[in-house]
This record gives sequence, structure tokens and C-alpha cells, in this order.
Amino acid sequence: MLSYFQRKKPQDFSWIPTNPVPHPYFDLAGKLLLQHEIPYSEKQMLTLVTKRILTKTESIEQHLFQKRCRRCGNTQAHLFAELPHTTCGKSCVYCRNCIQMGRVLECEPLYIGSANVQWPIYEAPCVWEGTLTPGQQRAADDLTALVQNCSGEHLIWAVCGAGKTEVLFPAITKALETGKRICLATPRTDVVRELQPRLQKAFPAVDTAALYGDSPDKNGQAPFVIATTHQLFRFAHAFDVLIIDEVDAFPFHNDPTLHFAAKRAAKREAAVIYLTATPRKEQKQRLRQKSLPVTFIPKRFHGHPLPVPVLKLTPMLHRSLNQGKLPQHLLKAIAAQQTTERQLLLFLPSIKKAEEIASFLEEEGYEVKSVHAEDHHRAEKIQSFRNKEYRILVTTTILERGVTFPSVDVYVIDAGHVVFDEAALVQISGRAGRSADDPDGEVRLYHIGKTDEMLDAVEAIKKMNKLGQKL
Amino acid sequence: MNCYLCFSPIVPEVNWTNFLLPVIEKKICRTCEEELEELPAERCPMCSRPGEGLCGDCARWEETLPGVLDQNDSVFTYNAFAKELVAKWKYRGDYVALEALETFIKEKWNVLNRDDYLTVCVPLSSERERERGFNQSEKIIEMVGKEPAYLFKRIHGEKQSKRNRRARLEAENPFSVVKLVDQPVIIVDDIYTTGRTIRHMASLLKENGCPEVRSFTIFR
Repeated sequence: MLSYFQRKKPQDFSWIPTNPVPHPYFDLAGKLLLQHEIPYSEKQMLTLVTKRILTKTESIEQHLFQKRCRRCGNTQAHLFAELPHTTCGKSCVYCRNCIQMGRVLECEPLYIGSANVQWPIYEAPCVWEGTLTPGQQRAADDLTALVQNCSGEHLIWAVCGAGKTEVLFPAITKALETGKRICLATPRTDVVRELQPRLQKAFPAVDTAALYGDSPDKNGQAPFVIATTHQLFRFAHAFDVLIIDEVDAFPFHNDPTLHFAAKRAAKREAAVIYLTATPRKEQKQRLRQKSLPVTFIPKRFHGHPLPVPVLKLTPMLHRSLNQGKLPQHLLKAIAAQQTTERQLLLFLPSIKKAEEIASFLEEEGYEVKSVHAEDHHRAEKIQSFRNKEYRILVTTTILERGVTFPSVDVYVIDAGHVVFDEAALVQISGRAGRSADDPDGEVRLYHIGKTDEMLDAVEAIKKMNKLGQKL
Repeated sequence: MNCYLCFSPIVPEVNWTNFLLPVIEKKICRTCEEELEELPAERCPMCSRPGEGLCGDCARWEETLPGVLDQNDSVFTYNAFAKELVAKWKYRGDYVALEALETFIKEKWNVLNRDDYLTVCVPLSSERERERGFNQSEKIIEMVGKEPAYLFKRIHGEKQSKRNRRARLEAENPFSVVKLVDQPVIIVDDIYTTGRTIRHMASLLKENGCPEVRSFTIFR
């Protein structure tokens, strides 16, 4: 029972020094690192520690009934283990949750780099020449004001294809003009890969860094960092402006350790911006309590309404899927769709199914490729689909958000599966009709019986369209 | 209970034969267990590689170093899942991850019935041991309930896994004997890849009058 109350307590970051020392080491600014991750010799580190540029800190906190890893904030007992450590001769506790990023051992300290460095001040860094719609402009003004005050939180609730990234440009410009450090964090690697070139194009003079699991750059030594939320495990009180894109996406929305990391990565006085198209329960609750300021953009940038999904009952769907096939009338629908200009995006509930259906459609004589999380050529395949090199892309929920194809129809097969929740279905529907040249697209949900999630998704889209019309 | 590999909760199966008995703690979930591939019955009699008859590698070894290693036994094939597991356990240093396989390793050990052999531990160079914090071979020996015997010392070298096959085979012997034995021994390690490491040790043992050298690895 005590641990229940402890969990409710606000996270304590008092171990991070409050008055960081100014210094010129940009690669250490706001970092939280293990000894072997620091690119300096032991002697140099010693002088850095005495100058208080680096601060040594305990890596695992001991509480009455639990431990907490200071890097990832993990407190679950089963994610800590003991290791008979040969170096120090006794049993040492280590954190299993963040071991992917190097082992945090109880007997080895973490080093916090002082965040007080002078980042370059850019004058008029933004060369993007588009204009914002009135809805976007309203949101952009709110964000610029927030960045100016440099404290507080703000949620941008914008429908899929509203042009969220462009909304950020004025606020990012403001921050760069005043020498602030910005981080744009998102839960998905694909989104980082797609955003970084886009942002670099809009801010050509600005030094940007892209950080993700196997990114070539590991350092993130830039005033503008674009990273996956997992990379925030290596930062402590580093950013003046923290933007979290797709707050409702897996794995961020249900992983408390990522929330911990995000909170820690922002400075004590920082502007935190959340972007989403489909807020989850927690955010909706905070909106109702009015504890989270929000700006709503119910209209897409081209002004056309969102395509509303059509539900198609297909009673024999599971039988065909189990045989690795598609039902006859679905095949006919695909054949009819293929006579049009648009490409086709097929969503399936699992990797295995996606592969089976892709090979089935290939046998039927279509130009098909499949893409999923365990696919190493993911980025190239997505790019060649965008270049219209083939006609049908079969995928899983991995492509539900953050990716833009100019002109596609979207079919979800077995939409009643648990992986397709309301947020996923709304996002998937948002893949269609994203360009101004072809603002429409057909979204079909093939199912064996309507689920609440499907109905909620349709309702949510209709509601947003209604709100958009009023404007 | 959570799986030691994927951290997902394990729901114990309850049926009429076990509903009154205390729950048996499992350390691996069913999905992870299905990913593990046991060695097929048809395998090389010498190194346990899947395939028919004596494999090409062993035939070559028998020409260059005849009779050095008597036999290798392994538990699982070294598939993609096993690679991931070894990376997590050994290279990232997640010490307890191997406990997921404990029952399978013990079972195989008991079937082999090699309790009379001296279990020899593969030493790490002091540098590598400091970096990793533990010795993987020691851990496996402890897991099967034996005492590790320290017969060798190792000079620091490049990691085997960082080299290609040719460089591995041409590498100089990094081991030197510190203690002599005249009883049959079994060398315990995590993976048998080319067999180079184990044969380095085995040849030294045989030169110094050891009558029988076998090996036991988890993956092949």
C-alpha cells in the first residue's frame, strides 16, 4: 500500500544540480551518461568533475520498498537483477529495463553534464515559404507565446494531415533566435527518419542531430535534436523546449519510464509541447480538468474533410486468412481499385499475416511489397512506394502514423483485431487523402463484426469533420 | 511471474492434474520458448552441427588437429533468436537472462551424464572480464551444479565474434596452461561456432597428457 502512495509522489529530480556551471563542452551538455560513454580519458574526466562540469551521481536509488533506476526511472522489482560482479567482488544490482543502452550498475556512477552552454543564436533561420491556414496560425501563435515564456505545457490536438510539423516552425524559429535548445521527440524511429530531412530543409543553417537506436550520430551535439523518446534516457535537464510528437503512440503512451525520461530531459523551466491527432484517456482527462492548455485544429491543411471509413462485413474473413488467402469479393474490390490511379495501402493485424497476404497477392499477379517492424529494408521500401514504383503495400500498424503517401486508398483487413484500437483506426484512416491534389481517398474496414473501437473511430472522425465545417 | 527474455507476464497453465499443487515458477514464456530450436537427431557425431554424417569442418579439423577434441554436445541451434539472446546476455551483460534456459540446460546435462568429468571454465582476459563483469562459462557451470576448474590463463586479444572465419582459424593460441590434469575433462562454453577456441584449449590439454577432452555448449 505504501508503494502505491510512493508511485503517486511527483518524481524527484533533486539529484540533478540546480545551478549548472557554464562551460564549452557541447558534447556533454545536458547529458546523463555512463563512464564508458564519455569520450574523455579518466584524467580529463577527473578535472571535469572537479570543475563541476560533470557531476557524479548514484545510478540506482534505494527507497524503502523499491529501487529506482535514475536513467530510466524503472521501479519494477522484476526488472532489477543481481550480478556477482568480478570487478568489485560482491553482488551488485543492475537495471534490466534500459540494458539495451548499456548496463546501469549500482556500483558505477552516472555522470550528469552541466546544461549551461551557449548555443549559437540564429537570425531568421526558417526558410519555409508556405502560409499557415487560420487554424494552424492560431496554434502557432499559442506555441510562440509559450516558447517566449519558456514554462508550462501545451497540447496541439490536430486531425491527421492538419500539418502539425509546419505549426511548429514559428515556435522553433523563436527558440533558435533566442539561443534555446530544442528537442523534437517522437516514439517511432520511422518518424524521426522522415522528419529530420524535412526540418533540415526548413532550417538549412541550423545544426540538427537525429538520434535513434542505430543512428550514425550517437552524440546529439546540436541545438536542435530530433530523437526517439528512448534516446531521452541519455539526457537530464537539457532542453528549453521539448516537443513530443504523437504522445499517444506506442510505446510512449503506456511506458511510464519514457514519461519519466521526457520529464527529466526538459529543464526545470521549459516549454513542453505535445502533439497528437488522437488523445488518449489521460490527456482527455487533463483537458476536462482544464489542467492542460489546448489548441484544436479540426481541419486539414487543404481544407477538405477527413475520409470517413466504410465498414464492410465479411463473415468468411477469418477462414480465408487462416488459409493465407483473401475472400473472393475482397479480391474483386482490390481488382476494381487497381484500375484507378491511386495506390493501395493494406493493413493487417500481424507481421505473419502481412507476409502471407503479400505473397498471396503476388501470386495473383499484383505488384506488392510488405513492410513490418522486423524488416531491415523498411525505409527503402516505403520510399519506393512513395515514388510509385509499385502498386500495393501490405503493412502492419507500424505505418499507422507519421508517414505520408500522396494518393492512396486504405483497406484494413480484420479491423476487429485488438491491435486496431480507436486511435490506430483514426490514424490509419488519416493516411488517405493527404495531398491537396487528391484530397479524397477510400477507407474500408473489413471485419467479421463491428467493435466499439471501429464505431468510436468513425464517430470521432465525423465529429472532427463537423467541427471543421463550422470554421 | 514474468518472462526473463521478453518481460511479458507468464500465466501458468492450470488443469486437473496440477490445480492443487504449488505453482511451478517458469522463467520463459511460451512465445519465447517456441523460438528456441532444439538440435535435430540428425547431426554431426563430432560437433553436433545439424546435418547428415561428419560435417566438412570436422573432417578438416581431423586432418589438421587429429583427435584433439573427442566430442561436442550442445542444447540449441544458434538461430536468430539465440543470437539476440546471446547479445543481450553476454555483450550487454544481462547476467540473469540465461536463467530462462536453465531447465533446458540442466535437462540436457543430466541426459548426457557427464558428472564424472572435470568441468573446465573458459577464461576471459582480465580486460574483457572487467568490461563484462562476469565470466559466461562460469555461470553455465554453476547452473548445472558443478565446480568450475581453472586450468588456463588468457592473453588479451580481439573478440572472436568480431573476426571473420579465416582470421579466427589462423589466430594464435591465446591460452596458456596454469594447472595440469590427468583426468577426463569437459570444456563448458556458450557457443561453438568454428570450434577454434575449444580446440585451442583441447590441444594444450592433450599435449599435457589429458586422456579425454569433450565440450558442452548451449548453442551450436
